[in-house]
Amino acid sequence: MLLIHTSSRPPQVQTRQICVSSVLHRKNLAAAGPEKFTTEFIQKQVEEFNIGKRHLANMMGEDPETFTQEDIDRSIAYLFPSGLFQKKARPVMKHPDEIFPKQRAIQWGPDGRPFHFLFYTGKQSYYSLMHDTYDKVLNIEMHQDRLRAKGLFSTDTKNISLGSSRWLIKEELEEILVETISDHDYMRFIKLMERMLSLPYSVIEEEFVLRFRRQLEVQSTKQVVPQLERDERGVAFSTTEGRRKTSNCSVVLRDCGSGHVSINGQDLLLYFPVLQDRQQLMFPLQFVGMLGRFDLECSVSGGGRSSQAGALRLAISRALLGFLSEGEMENMRQAGLLTPDPRVRERKKPGQEGARRKFTWKKR
Amino acid sequence: MAAMALTRGLWLRHPRLVAAGHSFGGHVYTTAASVKPPQIQTDVNDTDRILNKPLESPDFFRLSELYSLQDLFNARVHLGHKKGCRHRHMEPYLFGCRLDQDIIDLDQTMEHLQLALNFTAHIAYRGGIILFVSRRRQFCHLVETTARNCGEYANTRYWQGGLLTNAHIQYGQGVRLPDLIIFLSTLNNVFQQHVGIRDAAKMNIPTVGVVDSNCNPSLITYPVPGNDDTPAAMNLYCRLFQIAVNRAKDKRKQMELLHSLTSAPTTNQ
Repeated sequence: MLLIHTSSRPPQVQTRQICVSSVLHRKNLAAAGPEKFTTEFIQKQVEEFNIGKRHLANMMGEDPETFTQEDIDRSIAYLFPSGLFQKKARPVMKHPDEIFPKQRAIQWGPDGRPFHFLFYTGKQSYYSLMHDTYDKVLNIEMHQDRLRAKGLFSTDTKNISLGSSRWLIKEELEEILVETISDHDYMRFIKLMERMLSLPYSVIEEEFVLRFRRQLEVQSTKQVVPQLERDERGVAFSTTEGRRKTSNCSVVLRDCGSGHVSINGQDLLLYFPVLQDRQQLMFPLQFVGMLGRFDLECSVSGGGRSSQAGALRLAISRALLGFLSEGEMENMRQAGLLTPDPRVRERKKPGQEGARRKFTWKKR
Repeated sequence: MAAMALTRGLWLRHPRLVAAGHSFGGHVYTTAASVKPPQIQTDVNDTDRILNKPLESPDFFRLSELYSLQDLFNARVHLGHKKGCRHRHMEPYLFGCRLDQDIIDLDQTMEHLQLALNFTAHIAYRGGIILFVSRRRQFCHLVETTARNCGEYANTRYWQGGLLTNAHIQYGQGVRLPDLIIFLSTLNNVFQQHVGIRDAAKMNIPTVGVVDSNCNPSLITYPVPGNDDTPAAMNLYCRLFQIAVNRAKDKRKQMELLHSLTSAPTTNQ
């Protein structure tokens, strides 16, 4: 029998591992970074969401075609009532785009060449934005030079209206760029935009600038002026409510009166023997100078004498709004008559004697 | 051998070829077991020819026509820094010193620039990634626009420490690093050598760099002694590199078209 010894090793030789280190097999969780979702996974989630939406609509007996997000929220709140205080902990059914954080897909093609020309900087979107902004600055300067050459340059040009808008905050900018930037980067971007706006002919890039500005919320709660009703005799009156600490009150302010005040059926002097409370009540009328013009019918409950007086004051000021002009209303707002006082009693905490007072500290 | 090395460099199209055929000196011997159609062999020969053709002539892309000594002089490339800023290693490249200002030898610059442009063109011809780096704020926009116009990449911003050395963690697995880095100014904002030069040397990435009289040309593969402060000189360099890269890419497309046209009749058989 002839044994053929092969001197050269066959290609698929089994190399015996002498030792296996579990350290190498353990996943380096720190280096992996935040969990990444593939596009297929997100697409599957979107399909499941759409099918689930239709099922939910069927369950609630509504039309699957016209089932909006508010309907979904309402149905989920009905089917899964939750007493949890944290709104974010309650069951929610939203489109996957709102749940899964926006991520970047692979930045390079099959041949390995990255798509973006600033890929090797690390922060491609931010630096690309800076590059484009500087492009606009150069564009404006070129435009200015051309006008200067023709002799049509003038400094009194229309400026972009910026009064009612604010710059994007850093979080909003990060959302747009889908990448994190530092405070320093953000400052540099804002400075570059300010520099662009300081040029006289920045109007030509208005559309670009407005993309990075947000409208300021107009005085969040526009003062709701109560409706002036008329009774059988044609006299105007308004009914308002006010609150302070735990007191609630409602006031009916009638025009063409003589300054007569009744609270819970009683006279003013009887109900509020203390001068301070009566002053609080009269202050709004004295401020607008209509002391003897109105009649007051008030009903108040809860709280102590001072908080009842405060509640009444607020209700009277609100009732007066219907009889005043815009300027006087603004004056009242500035005086603080229209702001409800947010101070309420702070709870007592365990381990302390009161809300703030701690137990006496003993050295030993 | 050369064929195998080249196919490995390109995206693997024919792994079977390595097992079934052996190539020695350009001829391909096939075993009886392989029943491959002949078109694969012509493909390999094509890519062979496409890649080897430019290596046959010293100036395949005719880049010496793009500039002359007079152009360099007009762009003030010969102006260096003052005598006190001179770097020891730049002394061989200096022509002399006039009124305390160093003058760079433009004859040497011509040769070095030809080598650098030729090398860049060859890298671009083979589809390599080129990264333009410059830390001068004046020319940041110019360099980025140049890179964009070539279809290549630029980094004129703060250089993150692990860009080249820690790329797999910073960018993700499977990232491709640049095949050539061109430094249009080798110093950073505090007049120290740019970190990229040292990192490229660590990662075996060839570098082309415009070295002024206060720079250290030691670690740069293709140094080009010249002025890096004047806008005229920077405009010239950017223009030259842009033209070189574009020419090389156009040439590559031409060669591929040519070879696909010549090999099409054989595949149709």
